[in-house]
Amino acid sequence: MSDHIYLDYNATTPMDPRVLDAMLPFFVERFGNAASRSHQFGWEAEEAVKIARGHVADLIGADEKEIIFTSGATESDNLAIKGTVEMLASKGKHVVTCVTEHKAVLDSCKYLESKGEAEVTWLEVDSHGRVSPERVAAALRDDTVLITLMTANNEIGTIHPIREIGEIARERGIWFHTDATQAVAKMPFDVDALNVDMASLSGHKIYGPKGVGALYVRRKNPRVRLAPQIHGGGHERGMRSGTLNVPGIVGLGEACRIAKLDFEKDQAHYRRLRDRMERLIRESLDHVQLNGDEEHRLPTTFNVSFAYVEGESLIMGIPLVAVSSGSACTSASLEPSYVLRALGIGDDMAHSSIRFSVGRFTTENQVDEAAKTVIQTVKRLRDMSPLYEMAMEGIDISQVKWKTH
Amino acid sequence: MAYSDKVLDHYENPRNVGSLDKNDTRVGTGVVGAPECGDVMKLQIRVNEKGIIEDAKFKTFGCGSAIASSSLATEWVKGKTVDEALKIKNTDIVEELALPPVKIHCSVLAEDAIRAALSDYRAKQGTPVATPGTNAH
Repeated sequence: MSDHIYLDYNATTPMDPRVLDAMLPFFVERFGNAASRSHQFGWEAEEAVKIARGHVADLIGADEKEIIFTSGATESDNLAIKGTVEMLASKGKHVVTCVTEHKAVLDSCKYLESKGEAEVTWLEVDSHGRVSPERVAAALRDDTVLITLMTANNEIGTIHPIREIGEIARERGIWFHTDATQAVAKMPFDVDALNVDMASLSGHKIYGPKGVGALYVRRKNPRVRLAPQIHGGGHERGMRSGTLNVPGIVGLGEACRIAKLDFEKDQAHYRRLRDRMERLIRESLDHVQLNGDEEHRLPTTFNVSFAYVEGESLIMGIPLVAVSSGSACTSASLEPSYVLRALGIGDDMAHSSIRFSVGRFTTENQVDEAAKTVIQTVKRLRDMSPLYEMAMEGIDISQVKWKTH
Repeated sequence: MAYSDKVLDHYENPRNVGSLDKNDTRVGTGVVGAPECGDVMKLQIRVNEKGIIEDAKFKTFGCGSAIASSSLATEWVKGKTVDEALKIKNTDIVEELALPPVKIHCSVLAEDAIRAALSDYRAKQGTPVATPGTNAH
């Protein structure tokens, strides 16, 4: 894999070696159950979990008592949404979310809707993928119990105005959950500054292990209590039962500690390399369209459509560069990305989209090499693209009557 | 996704990429598909005095399988008469390229492209052929 260039950090990250070092003792030597109160093995594990909880809390400006460990952000999203709707059933059943959320949020909401347990308002986004606070405010009802909106989008990196939306939620006394999976460690994220009541995060997006995540649950003003979705021994303040994944939690904690320690350095690194990638590509190719919000965007993410070139064929031409595409052909459903569609960019441009996401271990050489290969391949594919040929002849492709399926 | 060696070969070394003069009366042009569906194929043939397809060119916007299907189609029509070329079936393309079920539509599109090009040629010659169900399915 040494020749391969990984530019898909929004999908997952390699573990930081420092994280692995922190985890290793907890598999064989220090294997205790954190719930065992009667011996050294248990106390050791409990202590390690406590330290990790502190690191997670520290990174997002929370108190350690407000961190619930889960198996990952999908579970955190499920717990926040279903747990709120169930807990507040007597108060109301209206939930506000938006169409570009992660499937973990969309499908949790759809599930509750199908069961008749929730009525959901699905907010549209603007052409940059943002929801305005005004739009959120307009959707609220007397029986609204939850607003759930991601901080930053995984595909396009667009950042919602979370602080302003949190303010509205606070004023109206509505709980506010944000899926912060992509945001944490990539942008300043503080639960108090952003007026957030619940926040989901994941280990493997921030150089920690897979299979572990957390849900921040506010304890004061408001005091958020969630109906558990996994029942058992009453772990995690009764909100998430199950023996704690001690090595995973230690890993997540260490990943958060490092993320805080290296925050400024990481930020500068992400931005420099992402901007370099963007500049190299834009300098050499025309008809390149940015998907998302140029300004309100994660520093790691660059999502573009290379007009007249289909995404899967482009990926095929850059086998050593790992990226993802919004093209239908790369998805199981054969539908182009629902996120890109929600921006109204047109299915043709969705088919032509590629997401580049850089990370802590990306190097300048890798960016240069990847940009070179992408540029060559786009040029080659445009040379064999009938659409490019038509565009060069001055034909407006959107006006052509296609013989469609 | 794993591609067959033949798909990879056509993708990396596409045969007959390019364009013929679409105003030439001996040239037939077929353009099928749509950008919003993720694939558009343009296939062109030039027929000589003996009624043999002496040249074929393609340009395709689409996935690797779509590129390979149209590349193969140009290889296959060359040297055939119009009637012979009309007999090429999408299932032959599927078999030759070992296309998985999700990529069968690429082969259908390639067959459509051949038929559309032949139809255009015959129309120019004043002997239009019916090409049932080729452009809409």
